[in-house]
Amino acid sequence: MTMARQNIVLLGAAILVVAAPLILGIEGSYGGADGQAQAVIEESGYRPWFSNIWTPPSKEIESLLFALQAAAGAGLLGYVLGRLHGRRPK
Amino acid sequence: MHIMEGFLPAGHALAWTAISAPFVVTGAVRLKRILVERPELRLTFGAAGAFAFVLSALKLPSVTGSCSHPTGTGLGALAVGPAATTIIGTVVLLFQALLLAHGGLTTLGANVFSMAVAGPWIAWGVWKAAGKVGLGPSVAVFLAAMLGDLGTYVVTSAQLALAFPDAASGFAGAFAKFAGIFAVTQIPLAVAEGLLTVVVMNALNQRALVAEVRA
Repeated sequence: MTMARQNIVLLGAAILVVAAPLILGIEGSYGGADGQAQAVIEESGYRPWFSNIWTPPSKEIESLLFALQAAAGAGLLGYVLGRLHGRRPK
Repeated sequence: MHIMEGFLPAGHALAWTAISAPFVVTGAVRLKRILVERPELRLTFGAAGAFAFVLSALKLPSVTGSCSHPTGTGLGALAVGPAATTIIGTVVLLFQALLLAHGGLTTLGANVFSMAVAGPWIAWGVWKAAGKVGLGPSVAVFLAAMLGDLGTYVVTSAQLALAFPDAASGFAGAFAKFAGIFAVTQIPLAVAEGLLTVVVMNALNQRALVAEVRA
């Protein structure tokens, strides 16, 4: 199997694994695991003693920042892989 | 795996900060040396950091009906070594603590330990062990990245169980509860991270841009 074909198979498998819960229709609120752990801790009566010094003012702003984080990473990763590809002997 | 801001008692927060601090310092020293002695690894380091940025920004659905995110630190551990990868993970966690209100400054030490220390070192250890027992390189990379990701979440569960032991069943009961939330959710995501890491590692390896990493 060529490298390109292997990569396609691996990427396809990764997408399938991630999409499987939605494809299979598994019930759930699909909330964050971090928040669930937080709820469990708060049930015990614990109250946080410090809060984030800045919180995004809305879900939209939060998703904007998450998208920027992913975009910055993807951009740099693409740049490096593209440079490496360009270096390959023709 | 983010322990939210203020969600560790002060003593625990301080202890994890003290435990993680030397890893961050030695990581910075190691990273500086790699970049000076092996300038060709700058691109590799950039790719590893970028990979961690992308993966840790993606909140993905899981079979438990909740969402979590991969860590992306396995690639760095294999490509530039676990010590230097601590810096990558710490930068990602700082970014998310300051700009996204995910994790926090008081819990940064604990989160650095799980995602930027334990995860990369587990990945690196698994990779070395897999090589020794003669597994192929792709299988070794897959196992390393997958178990590094999963290991991060097991450590987070243990950190929370230490801080909040169950009234009746103690540490073990609390660990089972937190691992049920974190580690089980993480299994399919860890598999996906393993697969993606193989793809990127292959691309880097083609140009021999991976260090003979010691640690």
